[in-house]
Amino acid sequence: MMVALFENITAMIVLTGVLVALAAALPGTFLVLRGSAMLTDAISHAIVLGIVLVFLATGALSGPVQLAGAALAGLATVALSELLARTRLVAMDAAIGLVFPALFALGVLLINLFARDVHLDEHTVLLGEIGFVWLDTRPVAGAEVPLAVLSLAAVLTLNAGFVALFWKELKLAVFDPALAAALGFAPALVIGALLTLTSVTAVAAFDAVGAILFIAFVIVPPATAALLTRRLGRMLALAMAVGVGSALSGYALALRWDVSIGGMMAAMTGAFFLAALVFAPEQGVLAQALGRRSARADRDAAALVVHLAQNAKAGAADTLDALVSNLRWPEPRARAAVLRALDRGLVQRADAHLRLTDKGAATARQLAQR
Amino acid sequence: MSALWDLLQSDIVRTVMLGAATLGGLSGMLGAFAVLRKQSLLGDTLSHAALPGVCIGFLVAGSRDLGVILLGAFASGALAALSVLAIGRLTRLKTDAALGVVLSVFFAVGVVLLTVAQGRGGAAQAGLSTFLFGQAAAILRSDLWIMGGAALAALVLVLALWKEFKLVSFDPDAAAAQGLPVTVIEATMTVMVAIAIVVGLQLVGVILMVALLIAPAAAARQWTGSLGAMVALSAGFGAVAGVTGALVSATARGLSTGPVVVLVASGIVLVSLLLAPRRGLVAQALRRRAMLRQQGDERLLLTVQALAQHHADRDFPAEQGMLDAWHRGPTGAALRRLQAQGLLDPARHPPETTPHWRLTKAGHAEADRLSERDP
Repeated sequence: MMVALFENITAMIVLTGVLVALAAALPGTFLVLRGSAMLTDAISHAIVLGIVLVFLATGALSGPVQLAGAALAGLATVALSELLARTRLVAMDAAIGLVFPALFALGVLLINLFARDVHLDEHTVLLGEIGFVWLDTRPVAGAEVPLAVLSLAAVLTLNAGFVALFWKELKLAVFDPALAAALGFAPALVIGALLTLTSVTAVAAFDAVGAILFIAFVIVPPATAALLTRRLGRMLALAMAVGVGSALSGYALALRWDVSIGGMMAAMTGAFFLAALVFAPEQGVLAQALGRRSARADRDAAALVVHLAQNAKAGAADTLDALVSNLRWPEPRARAAVLRALDRGLVQRADAHLRLTDKGAATARQLAQR
Repeated sequence: MSALWDLLQSDIVRTVMLGAATLGGLSGMLGAFAVLRKQSLLGDTLSHAALPGVCIGFLVAGSRDLGVILLGAFASGALAALSVLAIGRLTRLKTDAALGVVLSVFFAVGVVLLTVAQGRGGAAQAGLSTFLFGQAAAILRSDLWIMGGAALAALVLVLALWKEFKLVSFDPDAAAAQGLPVTVIEATMTVMVAIAIVVGLQLVGVILMVALLIAPAAAARQWTGSLGAMVALSAGFGAVAGVTGALVSATARGLSTGPVVVLVASGIVLVSLLLAPRRGLVAQALRRRAMLRQQGDERLLLTVQALAQHHADRDFPAEQGMLDAWHRGPTGAALRRLQAQGLLDPARHPPETTPHWRLTKAGHAEADRLSERDP
C-alpha cells in the first residue's frame, strides 16, 4: 500500500507541493508579522549562488552539504545587507536590492560558464521541476521515495519542531522585540535562527518550485491568513491550510491547462489571497464596506430619533416622505435608517406614521443632552 | 586591440552598444529618484511583475514585437504598483508583505503564461527567454527607435518637472505645504520607474532589473551631494554597465547579458563605497585615523607641559622612555611630529644619555590653548 503510494507519480508530485507549502508557511507566518517578508526575496535569490558553489565544489545537487552551503549563502545575504546598511552609505532597502542581485547574478553566470550540461539551468532556477521529482529516488523501508519528498519532510519536521519549541520566544521576538530583549529572550538570535530555517527550506524547495516561486509559498499564505484572523495560532494553521489548498488546486489546474505545475501552485496562493482580501469576515473589503454602511445606518437612526423627538409636536415630520424632504436623505438611505431604528426598537409604525417608542424617546433625550 | 576595433566596426555590435548605453543610462537616471525615495524594493516588485505582461504581449502579438511586449510589461507593472497601493490601503498588512505578495503572485502568473507561450512553439520560446535574464544581442535596429523615444520622453519629463521631483524626493511635506500636487507627482515618478524597468528588461531581464535601477544610483550618491550631479552620474554609470555587459556577453558565447551588467554595476558600487572622497569607507577610515593621531599628539604635548609645571621649570626636559611608559606605547613618532610642528625640541639631560624633549615657546602656547579648550 505504502509502496504503491510512493511509486505513484501523481501522488508524489502533489505530496511534494504540499510539503513545500507546509514547510514554507511555518517561518513565513513569523516573517510576515515581523515585516521581513522581502528578506525571503533576497534569501531565495541568493541561495542560487550557494547551490552553484556547492555543486562546483562537490558535484552534489542535493544532500546535507548542499542544504548547509546554500543556507549559508542565504544568511550571508541578510548579514551583508545589514552590514552595508550599517555603514549608513545606503538605506536598508537599497542595501537589500544591491546585495542579492549581485550574488544571484554571480550564480547565474557560474551556471552559464560551468554547469551547462547538468540539470541545473537558468530555467530550473525560475520554475523548478516538480514534475520530475520522482526521477531521483532513494529506497526507504522497501519503497522508492523521491529525494525531494525526503528532504522536504525533514525540513518540515525541523521547522515544526523549532516553532513548537520556541513558540513563546518567536511570538515575543516578532511582536515586541524590546520586551523580548529586556526579558533575556535574545530576539536577534531567535530571528537569526528563523532566517536560517527559511534559507534551509528554500534550498529544499528549490528542486520543486525554483528559487522565485518559493517566495509565494512563504509570503502569500501567511498574508492571506493574516486577513482572516488576528490570533497567531489560528493564523499559522490557516496559512498552512491555504498553502496546501493552493498546492492541490494548482496541481489540478496545471494538468487541466497544461501549464507549469509549480507556477500554477504559486499563482493559486494569489487567488486565495484575493478571495480573502474581498471576502474576509472582518478585514475583507466587502465586510469593511458593509460595516461602513451599517455604521452609517446606526448614525442615521440616531439622527432620525432626534429629528422625530424635536418635531413630535409639529406632527408633520413622521412619514418617510417627510424624512426624505426634511433631512435631505436619498430614499434608500432614509429607508435603511428607518429599518435600523425599527430593528433597535427605537420607533414603531402606526399606519404610514412613525412614533418614538419609550426607548426611542429616552435615546433622543440622551443624545440631546450630549 | 584590433580585434576589439573589428568588433566595433560591425553594425550589429554598434546597434547593441547603442541600445545598451541608452537603456543603462535611462535606468540609471530614473533609478536615482527611486533610491532617494526609498523605493528600491518597489522596483524589485515591479520588475518581477512585468513578466506576465511580457508573456501576454508575446501571446497577443504572436511574435517578438517589442512595442506590444513593452506595452504589456508596462500595463502589468502599473497594475502591480496599484495592487501594492491597494493592499496597503485596504488591509493592515505591512508594506513589505504587500510587496512580497504582489511580486510572487505576479511572477507566478508570469511563469504560468510563460509555459503557455512556450507551448506555442520554438520562435516565441527563444524570444521570451531573453526577457528573463536579458540578451543584448537580441536588440534590433528597429528597437532603437522605441528605446530612444522612451529615453527622450523620460528625459523631457525629468527636465520639465525637475524642481517638483526634487522637492517631493527630499521633502514631501514642504512640497505639500507649497501647494504642489504631491500625490500626482509621486504617481508620475512611480510611473517613470515602471518605464525604466520596462525598457531595461531586454538588457537585464525581469529578475535582475532591480540592480540596474539601484546600483548606478547608489554608486553615484557616494560621489556627490547634488541631485543634478547624482542623476547625471547615475545615468553615466548605468550606460557604462550596460555597454560593458553587452560587449562581454556578446564576445563570450552563452553568457546572459543581465548578470554581466549587474556584476559590472555592483563592481562600480563597491569601488564607490570604498573610494569615494569624503563619504567613502577608505576616506572615513583615514579621517578617523588622522583624528585619533591628532588627539594622541595633543595628549602627549599636555603631558610634557604637566611635567614642566610640576617641576616649575619651563625648559624641563621630559625623558622619552618615561613618556613611553606613561602613554603605554612608543611615542617617538608622535614626538618627532610635534618637533616638525615646532612645538617640541630635543634636549639632553646629562649625565643621562637617553633622548629628552622640552617644550618650545610655540609648544607652551599650544599647550596653554589646549588646556584652556578642555580644562
